[in-house]
Amino acid sequence: MNSLRRIGSVTGKEFKHLARDRLTLGLIVMLPLIQLLLFGYAINTMVRDIPIGVVDLSNSALGRVVVEQVRVTQVVNIVAHYATPAEGQDAVIAGEVRALLVLPRDLVQRAASGETVGQWLVDGSDTMVGGAILGLRQMPLKLEAGAPPGAYQASPPSFEVALFFNPERRSQVNIVPGLAAVILTMTMILFTSVALVREREKGNMEMLITTPIHPLELMIGKLVPYIFVGILQIGIIIGLGWSVFAVAFYGDYLNLAVITLSFIAASLTLGLLISTQAKTQMQAMQMTVFVLLPSILLSGFMFPYDAMPVAAQYIAEVLPATHFVRLIRGVYLRDAQIDQLAPDIFWLLGFTVVMLTVATLRFRKTLD
Amino acid sequence: MSEPAVRARGLSRRFGQLLAVDNLDLDIPHGQIFGFLGPNGSGKTTTIRALCGLLTPSSGEVTVLGKSIPAAANEVRRRIGYMTQRFSLYEDLSVAENLNFIGSIQGLPRRERRQRIGELLRQYDLESMRERRAGAMSGGQKQRLALAAATIHRPDLLFLDEPTSAVDPENRRDFWEKLFDLLETGTSILVSTHYMDEAERCHRLAILDRGRLRLEGAPSELMGALHGRVVEIDGPDLRRVKDAALALPGVESAAQQGLRLRVLLGPGGGDATSYLKNALANPQLDIHPARPSLEDVFVAATLPSAQERGA
Repeated sequence: MNSLRRIGSVTGKEFKHLARDRLTLGLIVMLPLIQLLLFGYAINTMVRDIPIGVVDLSNSALGRVVVEQVRVTQVVNIVAHYATPAEGQDAVIAGEVRALLVLPRDLVQRAASGETVGQWLVDGSDTMVGGAILGLRQMPLKLEAGAPPGAYQASPPSFEVALFFNPERRSQVNIVPGLAAVILTMTMILFTSVALVREREKGNMEMLITTPIHPLELMIGKLVPYIFVGILQIGIIIGLGWSVFAVAFYGDYLNLAVITLSFIAASLTLGLLISTQAKTQMQAMQMTVFVLLPSILLSGFMFPYDAMPVAAQYIAEVLPATHFVRLIRGVYLRDAQIDQLAPDIFWLLGFTVVMLTVATLRFRKTLD
Repeated sequence: MSEPAVRARGLSRRFGQLLAVDNLDLDIPHGQIFGFLGPNGSGKTTTIRALCGLLTPSSGEVTVLGKSIPAAANEVRRRIGYMTQRFSLYEDLSVAENLNFIGSIQGLPRRERRQRIGELLRQYDLESMRERRAGAMSGGQKQRLALAAATIHRPDLLFLDEPTSAVDPENRRDFWEKLFDLLETGTSILVSTHYMDEAERCHRLAILDRGRLRLEGAPSELMGALHGRVVEIDGPDLRRVKDAALALPGVESAAQQGLRLRVLLGPGGGDATSYLKNALANPQLDIHPARPSLEDVFVAATLPSAQERGA
């Protein structure tokens, strides 16, 4: 009986703690809400609307008929037309389109003799995207006016599919570089926010702010070590990815350094902003979860960005991780060059500047 | 220098509903140890923080070393040292690392810093713990380290917020010796405390209570002012005598101290001893005048005034 009463007292006290900790309370409600919305609504493993480019060398009416039939499958979304296959391939490497449909000059003859009518050049690094395009390989085509749908069923498949960057369709190829984004998001944001909040929690800040140190000096000084932490982590991921999962790094190390540092800068300054808001290390951790969760689910790391509804894509665009997932896959797997990736890099740098400004404004050298 | 080290006029600081510091006027002279004496929550820490520029006053003016605070706080920061109530150095850094960090933040060049750290380690008996992590040190050692760090840049003015609250009496005595050494080198010191023995060592004292300045002056002066108002009573059954004494008009407080009852009377009551003898009319009691202590001063100063009692 006494034992029950004691358990009851502890339970009662715990409820009071919960009720008075607004952030935890928020987490209790928001976590299922966000997860449910993300998984139930935003995340779609049925890939549709993959952005593709078309190169129609035949420049024929039949070519337009084929393209139209591909379009109405809704698996792809034709966003560009290119004059030559080379131009189209550059767009695939730059990440502007995920796949390229090339219709050959002799399309009409091929159709007449029942041969394969075209070729897909696919960025296969994301196996879900690759799989969806592979699904189009055998699609029935209707090539003669008046013929019933599917009348043209070539004994060879309708299309040839060339999977670039990941011909064996191994998911690790996509996961390993993406994981770099998730791990860096986690550690960079968490470490910086906790590091600064700890100074405040332990009373160090009270001593520091009576010294001549400037807030910006303090912040930059605190951030620098984590840049090296980030670089070390990238090294570990690439090393393990190569040695254990045989995901080779095809890119240029300078490009990798540029994109990694941009992303580290963006994440660190986001952590900084959290630290100016959080009062305890626990709060800093909880706030980090709010950033981390969408960074894992929406960034394109787990599920194809192209398959998400537009609203989710907008949210994803705000997250630094989304841009980095794009960048690192480009550099890692497709050897994309800086100029091809510039928009995402600029976005990360802009994000850094904004976060740093807001954090500096919010951090005042008083205890008010 | 005629300008005081610290001057405050009408200093107030409000936290929501709570008026932590209420219209404080202060002049703290150079070359002295100035004490803030007050119970917990009397506004000592808030006042010190406002004087250091850590908190913006809700109203009032503050000048520290001739500069207006908080406007010129950055300028003043190079010339003041602040030792927080709670140990605020890094527990996972060694003694030498802590001092080196603070020294470089304070802008000491490397060579001077090394020399100064050696000096401080000797001065504060920390040489043998040079490489010891701060977190592994005793209360007294931590506090010496904190003082060393707060004075590494030879500040003109040193703020100490209850520096000895986590320290045993012997270490407290040593600590005060160090403070007088610092004073010798030209550092003015402002220290807050709730220990009477510490307060008595100060040159001047300000007694704070519920955010207000109740009394200010040299300890001897303050105690002298109570002359004739403090009476000690020896005898049996002092608990009952205490209740009887407190019921008498003019008696402000009565507190038992061991075998004696110490009674404080209000001002202007004539000869306190004969008054109590007559009023208590108990032949078993030995009633005699006592030398006022700082605690009497404190009690007299912090008693609610007649107005406040009515409220």
